[in-house]
Amino acid sequence: MKSKTADRIATGVFIAIAIIIISILVGLFSYILINGFKYISWDFLTTPSSNIRAGGGIRDQLFNSFYILLITMIIAIPLGIGGGIYMAEYAKPGKVTDIIRSCVEVLSSLPSIVIGMFGLLVFVNTTGWGYTILGGALALTVFNLPVIVRVSEDAILAVPRELKEASLALGITRWHTIKTVILPSAFPSILTGIILAAGRVFGEAAALLFTAGLSTPRLDYANWNPFSPQSPLNIFRPAETLAVHIWSVNTQGLIPDVEEVSNGSAAVLVISVLLFNLLARWIGSLITKKITATK
Amino acid sequence: MKSSKKLGLPTVFAALMVFTAACGGETSSDKTEGKDNTKTEEKQELSGSLSISGSSAMQPLVAAAAEEFMAENPNVDVQVQAGGSGTGLSQVSEGSVQIGNSDVFAEEKEGIPADELVDHKVAVVGMTAAVNPKVGIKDIKKEDLIKVFTGKITNWKELGGADQKIVLVNRPDSSGTRAVFNKFALDGATPAEGITEDSSNTVKKIINETDGAIGYLAFSYFTDDTVTPLAIDGVEPTEENVQSGTFPVWAYEHSYTKGEADGLAKTFLDYMMSDDIQNNLLKEQGYLPVTKMEVERDAEGKQTDK
Amino acid sequence: MEKLAPAKDRLVKSKQNWVDGELRGKILVLLCAVIMITATISITIFLGTKGLQSFIKNGVSLIEFITSTKWNPTNQANPEYGVLPFIFGSFAVTFLAAIIAAPLGIGGAIFMTEIAPSWGRKILQPVIELLVGIPSVVYGFIGLTVLVPFIREHVGGLGFSLLSGMIVLSIMILPTITTIATDAISSLPKSLREGSYALGATRWQTIRKVLIPAALPSLLTAIVLGMARAFGEALAVQMVIGNVRNLPTSILDASATLTTIITLNMGHTTYGSVENNTLWSMGLILLVMSFAFILLIRYLSSRRKL
Repeated sequence: MKSKTADRIATGVFIAIAIIIISILVGLFSYILINGFKYISWDFLTTPSSNIRAGGGIRDQLFNSFYILLITMIIAIPLGIGGGIYMAEYAKPGKVTDIIRSCVEVLSSLPSIVIGMFGLLVFVNTTGWGYTILGGALALTVFNLPVIVRVSEDAILAVPRELKEASLALGITRWHTIKTVILPSAFPSILTGIILAAGRVFGEAAALLFTAGLSTPRLDYANWNPFSPQSPLNIFRPAETLAVHIWSVNTQGLIPDVEEVSNGSAAVLVISVLLFNLLARWIGSLITKKITATK
Repeated sequence: MKSSKKLGLPTVFAALMVFTAACGGETSSDKTEGKDNTKTEEKQELSGSLSISGSSAMQPLVAAAAEEFMAENPNVDVQVQAGGSGTGLSQVSEGSVQIGNSDVFAEEKEGIPADELVDHKVAVVGMTAAVNPKVGIKDIKKEDLIKVFTGKITNWKELGGADQKIVLVNRPDSSGTRAVFNKFALDGATPAEGITEDSSNTVKKIINETDGAIGYLAFSYFTDDTVTPLAIDGVEPTEENVQSGTFPVWAYEHSYTKGEADGLAKTFLDYMMSDDIQNNLLKEQGYLPVTKMEVERDAEGKQTDK
Repeated sequence: MEKLAPAKDRLVKSKQNWVDGELRGKILVLLCAVIMITATISITIFLGTKGLQSFIKNGVSLIEFITSTKWNPTNQANPEYGVLPFIFGSFAVTFLAAIIAAPLGIGGAIFMTEIAPSWGRKILQPVIELLVGIPSVVYGFIGLTVLVPFIREHVGGLGFSLLSGMIVLSIMILPTITTIATDAISSLPKSLREGSYALGATRWQTIRKVLIPAALPSLLTAIVLGMARAFGEALAVQMVIGNVRNLPTSILDASATLTTIITLNMGHTTYGSVENNTLWSMGLILLVMSFAFILLIRYLSSRRKL
């Protein structure tokens, strides 16, 4: 009887823990959304931010956030999946693999501020670029790469052995097997992992403070020449992202509507992350359905 | 207009004309007319790009000036980056930016070849101690202020205020605001430990929320009554008192160039000194026009009449 | 005869192609692996050389650096560079956060794997993923506007305290711990559970006596990884911890961590100055600590294999 009671108490405790975790999230989200949602309007999203007057929006910051994310992903995804393939398929147990695995682990546990400092040293000062989107994206790549490597490695290892063996038995080379058999079936989990990682990149600020800078030049959205300094596509311009904007508005902002702007931006940021998550889930379930249906 | 001697009258005059023409009138007819003038006068000369970096406190001001400057000169691209005074000074002395903004004299920063840099004082910022409104005092003697910040007085009732423990809100060691406040309000005394925040908005928020809190802020943050600015030795922290030199706690905002400013950098700095920027934009942001100062100060902090 | 030769050629050729493809693929993935090693090594080298400069070039004593409690880099006559309070602060918030987050995280993991594997996971998994997605800046501001005043009014002290830092950090590392702990517990062989239930053990007994001991090394790994994240978190902590350079004497005292001092001072200091170099040295300590955390995890996972 006594162990039954203990069991019941323990179950209660675990349920309580689950409730605590959920209520923390619900509390945080409702706080952010309730405080910020009322400031989000089409105007807020489409006007450039102001340095002094009230009524500034977040157009450039929003664009910068997505653009840096895009550049980061263009660099990080091929590298990360390549690394994942290496770890899952080519790496033989031994010293070299051990070293690479340690590198991935070290990279993934590096504090973002350390990555920011490294970025400041290398991408900002040593290269002489100053604060640039590219520097920010490279710093975020360092930050993001281990996540993608791990996700792809796990996904590839989770592909059923029979699939791989059948392909190899047909005399198809390893690389070709990876390209045509393994990667397609590992694709859904890799994609989900990448989208979730994207959410994290989207909200990163500490690494970008030192690499992409705290300001955005005047942008001309009609200018699509990526080499013009006013073009939004130029990767050698400084760019303040949304997360950095929240930080800088709150720290040095002189605009009278600091609270509106930062609450609104926070809400936009959190909603974006929420969308990333929903997207990841949706795509994941869509592809799983497709695959299981064809089976 | 005393400082116009330094700048060369013609440039100032040109910049002034251009600017008043472009932005002086609020009516649209005035504006379009002015724009046309600008283009015909300046367009052939002004093009290219200018990068400015430095003090994050100055960034909004310079960026706003740059915005208006670019509106008048569409072929010019001015980038204003923030990274801190140290960063700005480092970058301008390395030559990676043309103008480095700083809220302290270059001489005060270690590792900067101050003799290679030319100082352009573009604005003045006044600051004073601010307390939580519930403390109930509005005036403080300088010696008492020093005692408060060095921890020798720990309760406001010793100064005739409410019976509240004093809570200090400091700035980081390397902050320019802290350097200025320590030098001119505390006469160089080292403040005792307290909460340390870099951001003026956060400092204001903490002072407002914490009973017995005291910190220091630039005048531009005294826009409402959430915090009480203190008069020091009976001198009110007002623009006039700073200008006349009777209120001691103020500092220049500096724009440094490597060697004498030339080309676009010079035009932009002249533009910063134009009456319109000095009297309108600066005021909007809570800075004081450097052109109106009746006293001068050098890197050692010696104050002289102009 | 004539037909055979081209076929053979074709086969050889296509095999050639395959071999080429194989080689190219191999080079490609190897390149990715090499880039990762290069990144890690170059981060170590760059931060290492930069971080050691304050000791080699500026002659700051390493022993003073890590054992002295006096941090006074701006005192020109007698600068002091003791970062012990910040190291202590970093460790203190990290351990305190782990003490809160570990039971919550592991409890959540057990809930997802043992108590309610079907619907519980469906609810809690997205919750955890969303918690990861909330930017640290946002955590910081909620901490500043909600948590700090709450602690000031209901617990005591100034609100800016180790306690606030610990609470913010524990929420931030909760997802890390929960995710890894869930993986660890759900990857335990089913036979363990079944064997235990067959012996008549209750669910709690199974969890306590069988599952937790079996998964212990992985659970510890989860906690260590969470601590690694807490140790390096900067912006959120800076906003709630108060950034005081004294050693805290109670959990309600304001404190500072290595990361908060770096973010507060980085922009204000100039490259190459002693103060700036000491900030890089603090960055180096952060790097060394992440290596230490990895070594700890290595040690734990080697125990898992036994």
